[in-house]
Amino acid sequence: MNIVVLMKQVPDTYAERKLDPADNTLDRDASDAVINEIDEYAIEEGLRLKEAHGGEVTILTMGPDRATESIRKALSMGADKGVHVVDPALRGSCVITTAKVLAKALGTLEYDLVIGGFEATDSRLSVLPALVAEATGLPQLSGARKVTVDGSNVTVERVTEAGYDVVQAATPAVLSVVEKINDPRYPSFKGIMAAKSKPVTTLTLAELGLAENEVGLAAATTAVDSFEVAPPRAAGVVVKDDGNGGAAIAEYLASKKLI
Amino acid sequence: MAEVLVLIDSADGKLKKSALELLTAARSLGEPAAVVIGAPGTAGALRDQLAEYGAAKVYAAESDEVADYLVAPKAELLAGIARQASPAAILVASTPENKEVAARAAFKLDSGFLADAIEVNADGSAKQSIFGGAVTVSSRVTTGIPVISLRANSVPPQTAPAAAELVTVDVALSEAAKAAKVVDRVSEAKGSRPSLQDASVIVSGGRGVGSADNFSVVEGVADSLGAAVGASRAATDAGWVPHQMQVGQTGVTVSPQLYVALGISGAIQHRAGMQTSKTIVAVNKDPEAPIFELADFGVVGDLFTVAPQLAEEVSKRKG
Ligand SMILES: Cc1cc2nc3c(=O)[nH]c(=O)nc-3n(C[C@H](O)[C@H](O)[C@H](O)COP(=O)(O)OP(=O)(O)OC[C@H]3O[C@@H](n4cnc5c(N)ncnc54)[C@H](O)[C@@H]3O)c2cc1C
Ligand SMILES: Nc1ncnc2c1ncn2[C@@H]1O[C@H](COP(=O)(O)O)[C@@H](O)[C@H]1O
Repeated sequence: MNIVVLMKQVPDTYAERKLDPADNTLDRDASDAVINEIDEYAIEEGLRLKEAHGGEVTILTMGPDRATESIRKALSMGADKGVHVVDPALRGSCVITTAKVLAKALGTLEYDLVIGGFEATDSRLSVLPALVAEATGLPQLSGARKVTVDGSNVTVERVTEAGYDVVQAATPAVLSVVEKINDPRYPSFKGIMAAKSKPVTTLTLAELGLAENEVGLAAATTAVDSFEVAPPRAAGVVVKDDGNGGAAIAEYLASKKLI
Repeated sequence: MAEVLVLIDSADGKLKKSALELLTAARSLGEPAAVVIGAPGTAGALRDQLAEYGAAKVYAAESDEVADYLVAPKAELLAGIARQASPAAILVASTPENKEVAARAAFKLDSGFLADAIEVNADGSAKQSIFGGAVTVSSRVTTGIPVISLRANSVPPQTAPAAAELVTVDVALSEAAKAAKVVDRVSEAKGSRPSLQDASVIVSGGRGVGSADNFSVVEGVADSLGAAVGASRAATDAGWVPHQMQVGQTGVTVSPQLYVALGISGAIQHRAGMQTSKTIVAVNKDPEAPIFELADFGVVGDLFTVAPQLAEEVSKRKG
């Protein structure tokens, strides 16, 4: 069972994130970069499925040069190899282009499952895995809190507003996972050492058969015209409960016409 | 005037509040045309409400089959209707499923997708709030039809009677759209509280609540305020409440008028789902809890004394 995990490198959410005023794109140099937290769960799920069913786990990412650090971290967790789509022309690509590029990269690989995370902390879109399913024509099984593979069938529990749906498809299929699914492992010392010699392939646009004018900021289907840094939330009032804390809240809500 | 397609969410023959908001927002862009995808009879049952809120047309894409498969059929039907109607824009409510439907439809239509708008303008541009409300961006779809998901509680619903002319859409799903089959649908929802996605008031409980039974304290406050009940991951992980009540990064993202956090520390992943709420109230016994950085009004104290008093006081004031 060969698995490709879609991993995104994102600015650390614990640091301040900024847009670049020159072209209104995310300033990826302004903060530390980490593996998108939920993608660690996707990697973990890939590793568990590999441990149960055999095969290889490949990390696929589209991102700037420094995304290799995150690929190495994923390899140190136990993934077998990395594929890094990197090209200066990709900067500023919209999510639809990203899905097309990743679908092209998937075309160079052999796999039974593609697993992504539920949502990237920078874009907060939650749609890329669905778009990869669209671009590849494969079944979409997103928002999974549980994954079961039985032969060439994959079944997930997908959280819904009312409860959950049990959704089934034939492999190959595209999944995304939520954090209920597992607890990601930490890289072991041995894993970190082993990761250094694991193969990481880079793919350029030309190698994917894509032209520069098909991607990047100029080809993006959406544009940011301007942005404003919102004034920070005004500091609130914090009181110590003196036996009337509940009543004080009610008083506050009434003053705000909320009750 | 060009049509604006509005993907309609409903439950039990009633429009969701988000649908009313979308129909209201759509009027600034063109003539609202509702798209109802569901089992036979769904559109008919909704028609009066759609007329009341300004739908000039109602595209009824009805079949027992659509609900049997995940996302792909809806995307296919929505894109198909858009190809015929050449709308000025397509609007959907920002739920995880709708965002996937909208993004896949945009892909098929060679168009762009803007997620989680808080405002849409007459020219199809939109405002989005990013980085947890720290930055507001003005954005635009530059290719094809603007496909936009609108966050709940962004536009107050207003009535504007219209004809709601029914147009039957032929539903013939491709094989590809039937690849991911819903084999079971399990409901864990309890009671008749408003849903998190739509609610204008939400009361959430965290690890501080301590047990499933104790959640009745959170529910008591929610009932007094007519609110939906939410939870932190600690509470859903512990199994005190079902997973779909989780607010945050990997749960529901909400932006209600009022968010009350009881026994929640305010971890970054929880904040990601609620920090754009208009007013935030927190009760926590730890004065250092990060939730107080966000709170408009905070009480340092034991939720088991503060919350019941709050519920009682609210009920009293409501008379
Ligand atoms: C990938 C990933 C995704 C995640 N997604 C989410 C998400 O979507 N949503 C989410 O919520 N979390 C999410 N988390 C988890 C998050 O990091 C926190 O662990 C979680 O939010 C903590 O929940 P809590 O605030 O209820 O618990 P705690 O952090 O343990 O806080 C409990 C609080 O209750 C207070 N308290 C205790 N007893 C009382 C009392 N009697 N009266 C008053 N106060 C009391 C304590 O002082 C404390 O501040 C995610 C984590 C990861 C890694
Ligand atoms: N550039 C990228 N490279 C690889 N995977 C990505 C990329 N962007 C997004 N993803 C995957 O898609 C998921 C959802 O991202 P998003 O739709 O942007 O919220 C992430 O958790 C990743 O698994």
